[in-house]
Amino acid sequence: MLAYAIRRMGLSLLILIVVMVAMYGMVFLVPGDPASLALGPRATPELKEALRERMGLDQPILTQIAYFFGNVLRGDLGVDVWSKRPVLEQILEVFPNTLILGVVALGWALVMGIVLGCAAVVWRDTWADRLLGVLSVSVISVPSFVVAIYALIVFAVWLNWLPAIGAGEAGDFWSQVRALILPAFAVGIGWVGYLARLIRASMLEVMEAPHIRTARAFGMRERDIVFRHALRVAIVPTISILAVGFGSILSSAVFVESVFSRPGIGTLITGAVEKRNYPVVMGTVLFMTGFYLLVVTAADLLIARLDPRVRDVLRG
Amino acid sequence: MSVLSVEGLSVSYRVLGGRLQAVRDVTLAVGRGEVLGIMGESGCGKSTLAAAMIGLLPQGAEVAAGAIRLNGTDMLRLSGEEKRRLRGQRIAMVFQDPMTAFNPVLTIGRQLADFAGAHGGVKGAAEIAGMLERVGIPDPGRCLRRYPHELSGGMRQRVAIAAALLVRPDVLIADEPTTALDVTMEAQIIHLLRDLRSSFDGAIVVVTHHLGVIAELCDRVAVMYAGEVVEEAGVDALFRDPRHPYTRALLSCDPAVVMPGSGHLPTIGGRIPDLMALPAGCAFAARCGMAEAGCAAPVPRHQEAGRSVLCHRSAA
Repeated sequence: MLAYAIRRMGLSLLILIVVMVAMYGMVFLVPGDPASLALGPRATPELKEALRERMGLDQPILTQIAYFFGNVLRGDLGVDVWSKRPVLEQILEVFPNTLILGVVALGWALVMGIVLGCAAVVWRDTWADRLLGVLSVSVISVPSFVVAIYALIVFAVWLNWLPAIGAGEAGDFWSQVRALILPAFAVGIGWVGYLARLIRASMLEVMEAPHIRTARAFGMRERDIVFRHALRVAIVPTISILAVGFGSILSSAVFVESVFSRPGIGTLITGAVEKRNYPVVMGTVLFMTGFYLLVVTAADLLIARLDPRVRDVLRG
Repeated sequence: MSVLSVEGLSVSYRVLGGRLQAVRDVTLAVGRGEVLGIMGESGCGKSTLAAAMIGLLPQGAEVAAGAIRLNGTDMLRLSGEEKRRLRGQRIAMVFQDPMTAFNPVLTIGRQLADFAGAHGGVKGAAEIAGMLERVGIPDPGRCLRRYPHELSGGMRQRVAIAAALLVRPDVLIADEPTTALDVTMEAQIIHLLRDLRSSFDGAIVVVTHHLGVIAELCDRVAVMYAGEVVEEAGVDALFRDPRHPYTRALLSCDPAVVMPGSGHLPTIGGRIPDLMALPAGCAFAARCGMAEAGCAAPVPRHQEAGRSVLCHRSAA
């Protein structure tokens, strides 16, 4: 198990390095000089040169990459070109907002997805199952930022129940919760449908298994069979999909944060892209890649915990 | 007084292009302390009969006629919920394949507790461990903490038998209990079942195609062919003096009785008739060495002391 964890860490590190190199390459492939784009058409050559120097763009590319790698290893993701604040500091400042949004969105989607997925199995082939199927597909097909805009109009503007922008007052728990509801709803709703479909399909397969027939032969209640026996088997493939899906949750958080002007990684990265603030863009993407790899690795370890057969294969 | 009786039972499956008659007009009874064997080759309807006995016929199966009485109550007239209450309480089953009969992600202990406690009566770990010990599992406490894949096939089948005995049923149905095991395991499980007979006061129904299992375990045997019971008799009488030509052919095919050095294994020529278009007369006539013109007429059941034979020529 430990050897497996170490192997996974090594693989994650390799992926991170590839991402870093690819990002650097992208910065240089993008047409136009970052300094002149950032400063606008009326900038003097001296100003541009000064900015290029400040961004490290006057150095040879290999030197730049080596320099960047060295800094990252020391935990330094670079410095904001404009505010001169360390990038890592800015990321850590807003990351909790994004993390809470992602976790709450995924959390309520998972709970609803499991309940609706199991309900569809218990009521399979009835009108309720078909209705759930239609609803699931409908919510999957609506992009999260569209949900965000409509939710904002209905609940914040018309009904005035919930705040329209921001992440709530610092230190005021309930105001933060209220500010979280609409974004978490918008990010999670598509996943409710997706997870409900996924769990339904996975459960229907498990319900055909001989061990479910054994449970039936012992007169277990169908409800207990579904929730106590079948779900434990059916949830395992769902976890890896959830982990991979966490990446798309984070990317929909980028849109939804923009809609709600909610401070977070999304607003940080969109602002930095607009201003060609490369150190912030690279630092943020790198940080999120690292975080994402951590989530995927954690999911694999969780699967090993939930499925003893996987655990034994890893041990052996 | 029989604990379980099947009266004139006919079961068919709805399939593409018609109806497949799996069980036809079967009448059987088994009393307390008695072991009834149901024998026949693959596709003769014995597994469908076993599934009907425990009220777990697969989807698409339809009972056309008959009754299955458990302690006098016709199970076919009960609702799904009423049948569930009988399963795992009055009637229990041991399945064919112990490799897939248990949930792969739950411990043996958790599953046995769930099965035995399906009707409220919670069994303590000590009682469960005691039953595992009785079926010959070394270190039962450790076995309870293990997962199914960590046990051998023979061990798992012992656990399955223990699970069935834990609920103290009136009827225990064993569907091909040794078929999925290798020869030494098979012998051990047969011996275990034989030992348990003396301490088990309910009725046992053993479904098998294995003549050794019948000879070692059963008091009476019903031989099935194409969905019908073609011969039913005490086990000694059947092996000593088989009356139905099919029973005779089956006994002569047993590898255990074939003379060594004879150079070939006898087989029954021909194939099982099409269960969707059965002849009006004897279903075995096409493969029978004794068949004559009269065999195409409907067959009367020939009854005499302790045995019944379904053959025009049984008197011959």
